[in-house]
Amino acid sequence: MRKILWGMAAIMVIAVPALAAGKKGALQIKGSDTMVNLGQAWAEKYMEKNPADFIAVTGGGSGTGMASLISGTCDIAMSSRNIKQKEIDLAKAQGHDPVEIKVALDGIAVVVHPKNTVEKLTLDQLADIFSGRIASWKQVGGADAKIVILSREVNSGTHVYFKEHVLRKNDPSSKAEFAAGALMLSSSQAIADEVAGNPSSIGYYGMGYISPKQKTVAVAKDGTSEYVEPTIDNVMKGLYPISRPLFFCVESRQDEAVRKFIEFALSPEGQAIVKETDFVPIK
Amino acid sequence: MLRKIKEFIIEKLILLCGLASVIFVALIFIFLLKEGLSVFKFVRPGEFLAGRSWYPISEPAQLGILPLILGSLWVTFGAAVISVPIGVGCAVYIAEIAPGRTKEVLKGGIELLAAIPSVVLGFIGMVTLVPLVKNVFHLSTGLTGLSGSIILAFMAMPTIVSIAEDALYAVPKSYKEGAFALGATHWQTIWRVLLPAASSGIVAAVMLGIGRVIGETMAVMMITGNSAVIPRGLLEPLRTLTATIAAEMGEAVVGSEHYFALFAIGIILFIISFAVNVTADLFLHKNK
Repeated sequence: MRKILWGMAAIMVIAVPALAAGKKGALQIKGSDTMVNLGQAWAEKYMEKNPADFIAVTGGGSGTGMASLISGTCDIAMSSRNIKQKEIDLAKAQGHDPVEIKVALDGIAVVVHPKNTVEKLTLDQLADIFSGRIASWKQVGGADAKIVILSREVNSGTHVYFKEHVLRKNDPSSKAEFAAGALMLSSSQAIADEVAGNPSSIGYYGMGYISPKQKTVAVAKDGTSEYVEPTIDNVMKGLYPISRPLFFCVESRQDEAVRKFIEFALSPEGQAIVKETDFVPIK
Repeated sequence: MLRKIKEFIIEKLILLCGLASVIFVALIFIFLLKEGLSVFKFVRPGEFLAGRSWYPISEPAQLGILPLILGSLWVTFGAAVISVPIGVGCAVYIAEIAPGRTKEVLKGGIELLAAIPSVVLGFIGMVTLVPLVKNVFHLSTGLTGLSGSIILAFMAMPTIVSIAEDALYAVPKSYKEGAFALGATHWQTIWRVLLPAASSGIVAAVMLGIGRVIGETMAVMMITGNSAVIPRGLLEPLRTLTATIAAEMGEAVVGSEHYFALFAIGIILFIISFAVNVTADLFLHKNK
């Protein structure tokens, strides 16, 4: 019994300073699941060049990242959407002043089963499909089958972006919602799997997930404009209509370490990594 | 003297351990109430419980949890329909019919079933059960309440079997001997004497199994499709209370109506499983 107590005391004596030291030296990056791979790739390269610095990258969703930034448990929040006014208010109330820095672009691909004959859709058609006004593939030139709508859960920045920019067409007064019958899946991989196995489904995910098991749909802004495939080139040129900025959210007064990391991410080398991880560089 | 002090300290420590669980439950409930009741600053209780649309992150948020409550109830109902007959049948077989070795193997198997983590069951369900349900019933998707019910039935089985089996063992031997002496067959004895005599224990087993099902999260989140519509049957996608909390808590802005609504869902879940457990307890004690 006494031995165990002494052991515990010893562990505490050793562990407490170690934990404290760990907090001081490491840069904590947290947030968007979409950006985890990108953040990780940046962190690895950065640590290779600056062996003295340690950077920890974790996911959890854009909202989780913002909540951590506000509560002070991370230094950089990755976000695949703009900061919400509510979050800014909350941060200000606690003495923080978050700003967003655009670090990359992401195209959102709309995907269907490879056997689906539908090749292209307009934004209006997409809005009608995902809000449930178009219920059959027949109405957009496909087979006579019910459309199975796949969406990400509401904790996903991709979900929010798709709703605001496709369903509501950037109109803040719009009340459009995903159809109540839309299936809510918890990850982009789950959407990829379901689309690969279900001929009547339609889903969306970040461009990094594109694979031959799903077919991407070419999208046009409206009936008169050209249909554009989701490729890195098209997103960079601004031709593909469903693309979004990816942000780092940080305190307006940044630490030296945070500033250095952001500079690295925006450097030509950092932007090359963006391309390697299937996102779109901003310059 | 030293021994007395030692005794005293150990006694108090054990008392503390005993009280700990009660204190934790009380603290959890107080915390849930404190956070959850705040949602009624944003919606009326009637709107919250009977509202038909769940769009928590819209402006203004629509916080109607009727589809979620019904989703949970449907899945639980489906799981009970599947697991109760099989579970009770299994318990009868183990307790009354199975010869020594078979009994041991079966009991071991059931315990193993209880040891499988729910995320693994969910994963297996996603890969095998979901396509099967889709093809058998010619549905547009296999992510349905039925898939969830089947997987949950697997999770409820171990609880139901082991408690129902105990209840059957607890029936005095004289009952059985009396039935045999009157010329009853084995099946007549089981059906007319043993099952009625053990009924309160079996009801308790079923209730505890149901309690397990209602609180299950991971597996249902993976295979029920999670669409917040009012389900009209088990062959449709549906969204449960538990899956909603698990899927949305990470994003909810702390202090927003969405955040409070998720805690309020927690209160509803707490009340449901508390009621189920109390019912089970009443039946268990009736037995004694």
